[in-house]
Amino acid sequence: MSQQRFTFPQWTNLALPAMAIVGATAPLYVAIVVAYGFSPDTLDVGHMPEQPIPFSHKLHAGELGIDCRYCHNTVEYTQHAAIPPTETCMNCHAQIHPQSEKLEPLFESYETGMPIEWVRVHDLPQYAYFNHSAHVNRGVSCVECHGRVDTMEVVYQHETLSMGWCLSCHRNPEPHVRDPKLITQLEWGIDMSEEDRKIEGEHWLDVNHLNPSQDCSTCHR
Amino acid sequence: MSSVPVHGVDNTHENPTHRAPLVLNHDDFGSVTRDILKVNESPKPPKSWYLSLAISFGMMSMLGVMIGYLVFTGVGVWGNNNPVAWGYPIVNFVFWVGIGHAGTLISAILFLFRQKWRTAINRFAEAMTIFAVICAGTFPGIHIGRTWLAYWLFPIPNQMDMWPQFRSPLLWDVFAVGTYFTVSLLFWYLGMVPDLATMRDRVTHPIKQLAYGIFSLGWRGSMRHWHRYERAYLLLAALATPLVLSVHSVVSFDFAVSQLPGWHTTIFPPYFVAGAIFSGFAMVMTLAIPARELWGLKDFITMRHLENMCKIILLTGSMVGYAYSMEFFIAWYSGEIYESFTFINRAFGPYGWAYWIMVSCNVITPQIFWFKKARNSIAVMFVASLLVNVGMWFERFVIVVTSLANDFLPSSWGVYEPTYVDVLTFIGSFGLFMTLFLLFIRYLPVLAIAELKAVMPEADPHGHDHDEEESHE
Repeated sequence: MSQQRFTFPQWTNLALPAMAIVGATAPLYVAIVVAYGFSPDTLDVGHMPEQPIPFSHKLHAGELGIDCRYCHNTVEYTQHAAIPPTETCMNCHAQIHPQSEKLEPLFESYETGMPIEWVRVHDLPQYAYFNHSAHVNRGVSCVECHGRVDTMEVVYQHETLSMGWCLSCHRNPEPHVRDPKLITQLEWGIDMSEEDRKIEGEHWLDVNHLNPSQDCSTCHR
Repeated sequence: MSSVPVHGVDNTHENPTHRAPLVLNHDDFGSVTRDILKVNESPKPPKSWYLSLAISFGMMSMLGVMIGYLVFTGVGVWGNNNPVAWGYPIVNFVFWVGIGHAGTLISAILFLFRQKWRTAINRFAEAMTIFAVICAGTFPGIHIGRTWLAYWLFPIPNQMDMWPQFRSPLLWDVFAVGTYFTVSLLFWYLGMVPDLATMRDRVTHPIKQLAYGIFSLGWRGSMRHWHRYERAYLLLAALATPLVLSVHSVVSFDFAVSQLPGWHTTIFPPYFVAGAIFSGFAMVMTLAIPARELWGLKDFITMRHLENMCKIILLTGSMVGYAYSMEFFIAWYSGEIYESFTFINRAFGPYGWAYWIMVSCNVITPQIFWFKKARNSIAVMFVASLLVNVGMWFERFVIVVTSLANDFLPSSWGVYEPTYVDVLTFIGSFGLFMTLFLLFIRYLPVLAIAELKAVMPEADPHGHDHDEEESHE
């Protein structure tokens, strides 16, 4: 009888297959959760913060056809693509919809001189050096990183902006470069076949002597 | 027959006609079990256990505080800087990995060579291995600076499209040490299963029954169990054997694959392996001597066991000494000015004191074991093993620091000085090691009980007949 004390009940025999199942599936589960749950595709893409003024890029850049550089006017010259000051908006809105309620914060900003607090959508980490002018002047269109902003009612993050995503273009730039004159023509090339787009890209790589760097120090300075 | 005292205390004699007994003063299996498990089953461990656990735990807490301080402040709290970017953390890493080496040597190689005396020391040598590798693993983990990114050591697919440098021995090290730890742990645990079952059958507390019951995996000691067990043990021993050579070889690649004078030498792998076994055995001895006194295990860890360890320490210590002199010879023989400078600088430069501590502890000290008197004196052994531990730490210090501090260009030379954080972190790692070891002694079978019984003459069904025959003559 004394031996009975040490005997595990029969159901404990199930422990072994249960452990085997858990042992086999747990790593898979963790791998899937990490791969999909923590991926920038899940965490970052689609980031669409609410802005102080419901500014529609679809209306301004799409339907009205205002060039990106009318507002983001430093993009060809500096690292940073400037967010326009209130005055840029007022160039038109002094005359257009001067009574609009939606534009109330704009007029208030114009009177007080306090800038509108736009919420940043595309936020790179500080240890990643990114220069807008280096890209747009070499024929990388706005659309390659920001998507079809001219069709967005509210701007959201279209790409992952992860390191792997940066490298995917630096390693394979052909489908992503074009004539530097056409960088703000966001709809350009969408009706091209993949091969034609590649040939076009190769042409501009050749013309502009492009050789995208993959050194650590290119971005991490 | 009469000339050989089978149940005497002195079993260090060499008589080719009789195997020296490895278990003294026991002629039945039950008393062996009882005497070994006394360590675990005594209702209260001795005061010295509590005292040492308290001290070790305090030291371990200090390690935690130091690591916390490091993580929250940054690696600037250490003395590491250009040109000596490695410093204490890497010295300590190599030191602890080296100590971990005796475990597999004893458990795998001595097993395959049928060295029966290994049975008394293999269990806690393997435990020591595992705890030492845990200590070793801590150091690269905190040395990387941004500890929270330690998983970058492993090749995990990630959104950065970034992989570790597969051509770097530092990555091979991750694999080598990881494999070593896994295999050592499996080996340790597998060997413990029959003894855990013994404990399961003897403990009375229900929680202990449950815990030992789970970990003994339903072991009943049937013939089939033993058959599978012996097979698995043999296979694991064969798998673990290459690891004895591979792990410290790969650790030595961390140095040898670089081009620094004093590091870039082909002698490094064998020299590191010999040094690792040397330091590992010294640590086994340092632990075994107090343990056998404290827990009354003198009948199992006999003078013969200690003497054998002394012989291995003498052998490997001399191999290390040979490597030291060969390094000097090659430095001269190669005609390479940087290599020659490095070695002259090692012995007579700013870190000469460390070099001479290393030589006197590692090469001169073990030579005392040429004398049987020294091999049979507990005091001499204990002091010598401590000195070897000190010497082997200084060996790693000398290798890491002198080569980095004074390389090709005098303009980039520098002097390395550890900070108090370096020193306390190192001392704290001993706390981690000792805490784990003391808990092991109390809660797990400290010697391989089942294996020990197998080396007793009583385990040989024909041994008795043989004695009978002999006495009839």
